[in-house]
Amino acid sequence: MVEEEGFRRYIAHIILWIGIAIVAFPVYLAFVASTQDNAVIANGQMSLLPGGHFLETYYQTIFVGTSGSTREPVGNMMLNSLVMALLIAVGKIAISIISAYAIVYFRFPFRMALFWLIFITLMLPVEVRIYPTYKIVADLHMLDSYAGLSLPLIASATATLLFRQFFMTVPDELLEASRIDGAGPFRFFWDTLLPLSRTNMAALFVILFILGWNQYLWPLLITTRDDMQTIQIGIRKMITTTDALTEWPIVMATAVLAMLPPVFVVVVMQKLFVRGLVETEK
Amino acid sequence: MQKQAIFQSKLLPYALVAPQLAIVLIFFYWPALQAVIQSFLLQDAFGLSTSFVWFENYIDLFKEPAYFEAILRTFFFSFAIAVSSLSFALLLAVMADKPLRGSMLYRTLLIWPYAVAPPVVGVLWIFMLHPSLGVLSRYLRALGVDWNPLLDGNQAATLIILAAAWKQISYNFLFFLAGLQSIPRSVLEAAAIDGARPMRRFWTVTFPLLSPTIFFLLVVNIVYAFFDTFGIIDTMTRGGPGKSTETLVYKVYTDGLLGGNLGSSAAQSVILMFMVIVLTGIQFRFVERKVTY
Repeated sequence: MVEEEGFRRYIAHIILWIGIAIVAFPVYLAFVASTQDNAVIANGQMSLLPGGHFLETYYQTIFVGTSGSTREPVGNMMLNSLVMALLIAVGKIAISIISAYAIVYFRFPFRMALFWLIFITLMLPVEVRIYPTYKIVADLHMLDSYAGLSLPLIASATATLLFRQFFMTVPDELLEASRIDGAGPFRFFWDTLLPLSRTNMAALFVILFILGWNQYLWPLLITTRDDMQTIQIGIRKMITTTDALTEWPIVMATAVLAMLPPVFVVVVMQKLFVRGLVETEK
Repeated sequence: MQKQAIFQSKLLPYALVAPQLAIVLIFFYWPALQAVIQSFLLQDAFGLSTSFVWFENYIDLFKEPAYFEAILRTFFFSFAIAVSSLSFALLLAVMADKPLRGSMLYRTLLIWPYAVAPPVVGVLWIFMLHPSLGVLSRYLRALGVDWNPLLDGNQAATLIILAAAWKQISYNFLFFLAGLQSIPRSVLEAAAIDGARPMRRFWTVTFPLLSPTIFFLLVVNIVYAFFDTFGIIDTMTRGGPGKSTETLVYKVYTDGLLGGNLGSSAAQSVILMFMVIVLTGIQFRFVERKVTY
């Protein structure tokens, strides 16, 4: 056993708590600000303890929105973000798992060519092709729609690659066995492969949900209508107006609400999250 | 590597690949091709006529000092973000790797910021360090610092780097912790028996064994600093004051949208594509090596 004296352990605990404080402080501050009066914050006299405006601010944020130019309830923005995140996560998993199935369990002309065609998309994030993509989505009349928000972000190979790797590790005997039972490609996929992939799908879902919820540049470009805004876009528009008019408690309440779902997912499904993160980065 | 047991079917595999292929072709290959074509075209000021100009957009770009500055700035930001975030995360991971009481709790409390979106990170940090109402600005001013990131370019850059590094701590921490836990205890014990003190053990045993993880994270952090800082910059400084926080991705965005200079924006996109391909290539080579270790 490597010796670990008491003194060193204390140091370790202290450093870790300092790290946690640094990581948590900006978020704590946002929460505190969301419970205080705007005038006090604007004066630069904000207290470091929560104030008494919690219910009032959050009610206004979720159901009414800011009183400024863009009057859009944040509840609606959260709904848009949720739909977009779910479409991205479910859509990507669905199309990837079936194409990985085809590539692993069938032999057909151009199999490897198709695999590479999909694989190369890993390399380029949406940021480097934003305007041409924008133009195509506009030509397809998909601006301000959930399809326009999610489809271009589904076009990537991470999930396909992951499922391909996983399918390669599934023993061939399973296929032989279900073939003897008279199962065709659909039965084998549905009854054998899908149940085996459950953990992988869940881990991937957690990661894709967080990535989808946190999308910014793409929704910024293609949503013009206020009622199609995602929460990340809404929060930016709230601080667009000149500083003096920014309603900081509402901005901060929106920030807290924007963090809540993905942070909740990370904390509650930590095992799946870590697994998904490590697997998708390979 | 191929499966031995397979299905026989002529059409089914194509039908299964079709949905993904359609999406990839429409929303990936077509726009990427358009970007390349667009980068060779020049539109007149009214958008009435377009002419093929070969590499003129690229040449103009490299004649423009602002573009060089944006390249240098982006690399500097990437380096500063990667180094500060990696070193702090490594310190925390080494501490959390020790057999401490409550180490699972520590891990939970350190990994959740991964889930905070870049624009939200920007809002949190600009609020904390806002010149007139920021809580921390008060203390900075009390220390005699003339703090105003909305006017001072260097301070704005510092703010962006700090905020971007903050967000990346949890990710780096997680991978460092995994890397540390995969180091066999017996190696460390052997070093301890040889009389190496903890500090020496870290630098001569742990750190070299961790180098694949460090290299992997370095690439990931650079890619992160290139692309995911967009949301942070857009909510905090919008590339300003002046152009002091304008990165390459931010410049593609502003030149294309606000400047309406699509040819130049497309040329910049193509250059960015090359940079990402090189970075990803480096990463793939490394991953292959890790597999054969």
